[in-house]
Amino acid sequence: MEGVATVTTRPSGELNVSGAPDAAGLLDLYGQMVLIRRCEERLGALFADGEVPGFIHLSIGQEAVSVGVMSALRRDDTIASTHRGHGHAIAKGLPLEGFFLELLARDEGLCRGRGGSMHVADTSVGMLGANGIVGAGLPIALGSALAHQQLGRDAVAVAFFGDGALAEGVVHECFNLARLWNLPLLFVCENNGWSEFLPSSKQIAFKLGELSAAFGLPHVAVDGNDVAAVAAAAADVVGKVRAGGPAVLECVTARMRGHFEGDAQKYRNPDEIARLAERDPVGIAARQLLKTGIDEAELTEVAETVERRVEAAVAAARGGRDPDFEAAKAGVYARAGGGHG
Amino acid sequence: MPARGAVMAELRYLRAVNQALDDAMAADPSVVLFGEDVGEAGGSFGVTRGLRDRYGPGRVRDTPISEATIAGAAVGAALSGLKPVIEIMFMDFTTLVMDAMVNQAAKAHFMFGGQGSVPMVLRTPHGGGLGAGPQHSQCLEAWFAHVPGLKVVCPADPVSAYGLLRAAIDDPDPVIVVENKALYAMKVEAPERLEAIPIGKASIVRPGRDVSIVAYGAAVKTARDAAERLASDGVEAEVIDLRSLQPWDEAAVLASLSGTHRLVIVHEAVEAFGVGGEIAARMADIGFDELDGPIVRVGAPFMPVPFSRALESAYQPSVERVVAAVRRTLE
Repeated sequence: MEGVATVTTRPSGELNVSGAPDAAGLLDLYGQMVLIRRCEERLGALFADGEVPGFIHLSIGQEAVSVGVMSALRRDDTIASTHRGHGHAIAKGLPLEGFFLELLARDEGLCRGRGGSMHVADTSVGMLGANGIVGAGLPIALGSALAHQQLGRDAVAVAFFGDGALAEGVVHECFNLARLWNLPLLFVCENNGWSEFLPSSKQIAFKLGELSAAFGLPHVAVDGNDVAAVAAAAADVVGKVRAGGPAVLECVTARMRGHFEGDAQKYRNPDEIARLAERDPVGIAARQLLKTGIDEAELTEVAETVERRVEAAVAAARGGRDPDFEAAKAGVYARAGGGHG
Repeated sequence: MPARGAVMAELRYLRAVNQALDDAMAADPSVVLFGEDVGEAGGSFGVTRGLRDRYGPGRVRDTPISEATIAGAAVGAALSGLKPVIEIMFMDFTTLVMDAMVNQAAKAHFMFGGQGSVPMVLRTPHGGGLGAGPQHSQCLEAWFAHVPGLKVVCPADPVSAYGLLRAAIDDPDPVIVVENKALYAMKVEAPERLEAIPIGKASIVRPGRDVSIVAYGAAVKTARDAAERLASDGVEAEVIDLRSLQPWDEAAVLASLSGTHRLVIVHEAVEAFGVGGEIAARMADIGFDELDGPIVRVGAPFMPVPFSRALESAYQPSVERVVAAVRRTLE
């Protein structure tokens, strides 16, 4: 199968990647990646124009991870995301208008304009929030997996995190506890090689596969820019997590933009940036599709459909209201009462 | 509140907490407990004794020594249908749960625009007097009370310990329940049938006309003892057990101040930047016209909790200091 990179396993070799999606399935995954790409390009432009406030961190170049992993999940499976979480959110099924309304800080947004890019959530589809704190999603996903296990649900929880988060202590705590309690928890490391402004090689003294092995966690590494490979690996590993306990899926990917929008990336070698196009997951999937006999016109149609959806969502977001301050202040507690704050 | 004519029985603080957990778990299968040594060992102080046998190792789980993940997992579990009650063995160790509590638990309901909430409880003992030293004695409740989205209660007696914990477990928001280690052995005559006590409501534990003494936790007993001593000199102090720190019962404190026109606030926590400072500031504002004397605080000095008994006994708020504070405000 083209594009499937390394697959490492525990010594027992109990995990193996099998079964890539067929052409129709790949076209669907491609469409979702194009949707995420277009949403983020649009957000980048809106941010540059001052229409999206705050900070945004784009996942351009990492779409195959979101789409591939989510293709193996059900609606009742839960995920905890990161500061670079737009792709996770869209792939998990957040309504596009509500998503854009939120990022444009509108009252009709999914979080009523209180969260924005770094906190967007939709609990109705099991998306337990982007997160402004590196590594914080791991314990949240672990707790969600605990709830699935304890309440007898056969759902799984997924913790997304970057390779930069490997330096956070909770990673080690969560690997340990997930193994001890045999939780239905998949750790997905989006290894894009960067910890903010420094290469992870200067930040992380160990290999994730070796760390996983130390905790007795099955570890699968996959080319995170090949959506078919990610989908196949995710289908396999999610099935095993659902049936039998925690695992680590390492998706080797590329951050095609800066750490945040507006990052001039002076710390980055221009040659490396120039080579990123070769690893563009959207381009890789397009080439795979063309080989299967799907023609350019179909890809163009996908792009046009996506463009219409995104522009409709942007238009809706632009038409939204500013949130009301008093309503926001009244929304701190689910059950307010008592004294003064 | 005790029903009229209720049968009275002896109740210990530690037993009251255990009973509240037991009753909450019996009433609601989504209530789970986890923390360090809460299962097989029954808790470092014995609070959770017997619960693992009764409800099984799934609902009462021993965790490794991973406070950040204990609290973070409680957030995720609470967002996914459980009502977790976690124990952090000493309040000093809550320094390690701050991301989960401050950035996650406190914010989720608000920053997700009202989608869901985090119905979790963090139980933790604070307080000195046991020679436990600088890292096993601190009263850090003001840190949590400062964070919008968290609720904080601090029961002063066994009946409150039961009632506030039941209310905390039933509450849809994250609640920090602060127990005082020195109170675990406290016993009182209590009604056999215990009930939840609403969060945010203070209790007047001793009526009086001359001065209001507001306290919480172990300081309530100090305040009551001071009131007894003052009474022998003809000064009638009204003692208010705050019970809840966030939200706190501003109306009850103002009503008492409106009757006595003098206010003293007592807590075991460090006085500077503490709960007493907040109460004093509010009463100096909305209660300004009622005040006939300075608002005086009695708390710990601005230093770590010392180890030596000679030092620690001078460190903790005493009956003498409360009496002196009352004298000052009456001058």
